[in-house]
Amino acid sequence: MELAGGQSGKRSDAGIAEGEDVVGCTVCDAVYRLPRGMADQSTQCARCGHKLSFGTNTALAWVVSLSATNVVLLFLVVFLPFLELRSGQFGSEASVIDVILGFSSGIMVPLALAVLAFILMLPLSRFVLLIYALGPIALGTTNLPNAARALRWAFALKPWAMAEIFMVGVAVALVKLADLATLAIGPAFWIFALLVVLNALQDTLMCRHTLWTALTCNG
Amino acid sequence: MQRVITARDTGRVICRSCGLVASIGQDRCPRCSARLQSRDTQSQQKVWAWWLVGLIAFIPANLYPMLRTTQNFRTEDSTIIGGVVDLIDHQAYAVAIIVFVASIVIPVGKFIVIAYLAVLTGRAHRTDPHRLLVLHEVVEFIGRWSMIDVFVVAILTALVQFDVLATINPGIAAVCFALSVVFTMLAAQSFDSRQIWDRLEESAHHG
Repeated sequence: MELAGGQSGKRSDAGIAEGEDVVGCTVCDAVYRLPRGMADQSTQCARCGHKLSFGTNTALAWVVSLSATNVVLLFLVVFLPFLELRSGQFGSEASVIDVILGFSSGIMVPLALAVLAFILMLPLSRFVLLIYALGPIALGTTNLPNAARALRWAFALKPWAMAEIFMVGVAVALVKLADLATLAIGPAFWIFALLVVLNALQDTLMCRHTLWTALTCNG
Repeated sequence: MQRVITARDTGRVICRSCGLVASIGQDRCPRCSARLQSRDTQSQQKVWAWWLVGLIAFIPANLYPMLRTTQNFRTEDSTIIGGVVDLIDHQAYAVAIIVFVASIVIPVGKFIVIAYLAVLTGRAHRTDPHRLLVLHEVVEFIGRWSMIDVFVVAILTALVQFDVLATINPGIAAVCFALSVVFTMLAAQSFDSRQIWDRLEESAHHG
């Protein structure tokens, strides 16, 4: 990897052609020429240390299949019981949907919608967008219309999908309730935990440079 | 240190969404159609605006009750701090620390760090840009975790509905707190990290 524009540091356009071998650092605005042979290696921005490429060329199929798995798991989570609470003869069972509906009265409706979005809708949208954008590449067919837009949104939604934070919230809630009642953990809890792990694995495989290059090359 | 070539130097602009190096003057990225801007000239204003609404929402979030617990016909309100104190009473120290860090330390720290970054990038500074960048990345990464408390309230509300015996309902502070988290996340995202490095080069030029 070398600095685009050469060692002289002239303010010139020399040698930079628009194309896949020029990489820009989105954090600090530095431009590099990345030889094609280095596309499968891990490279860092020399100035700010931002990872330009993780070097995971085989990741694409993984990202697609993990997304598909996660969509299925999310549907299971919604319909299976999440937590169960028993206190004497009283018992209550809550699915993730109940958690969201717990808020839904009067002024709390916007909050219920926000929680619905953060823990279900946004993670789901991310997976669907990734399948839409990258699925055709994995299957070897041509890109679907607006695939680039879909991939951009999948990246943009990342900070707003908060499934893993919800799991920590569940752990805190369990401790708070521990001496009030007996708690039973439902199947949806474990499926959701698995989903968080798979999601984390997927995020480590998501190299922007590789995915975008694959999308562009697929035409 | 060798001078790094920036996209702006070569009359180009890097798409902040997909990293494509496009020529300047284009409105949208030819690859992913994100809006292209070499430098976000309004980023300072946006950061301060989101920061301020976030701070405004944070005040009622701490003053008003987060949870309303009704047990044996008695209703008790508990604020964020009250919840932490309850956890300490129950000897759940680890969880008390998690809640305290997520709902007090992280939000307050975020307000301070974002203000610090915004003030410094607004003028020429001598601070090491690597340190500023690390601060920015930490703020962006950690901000979402403040949502823990809101999710806890949601779960408790859903589970504890035993009519007269015990019920838990969310208080108005839950809404304010969620808004405060969202606004500070937007403040951190409005920040244009490229400007941290611009100031470095400007000061290098002037000696």
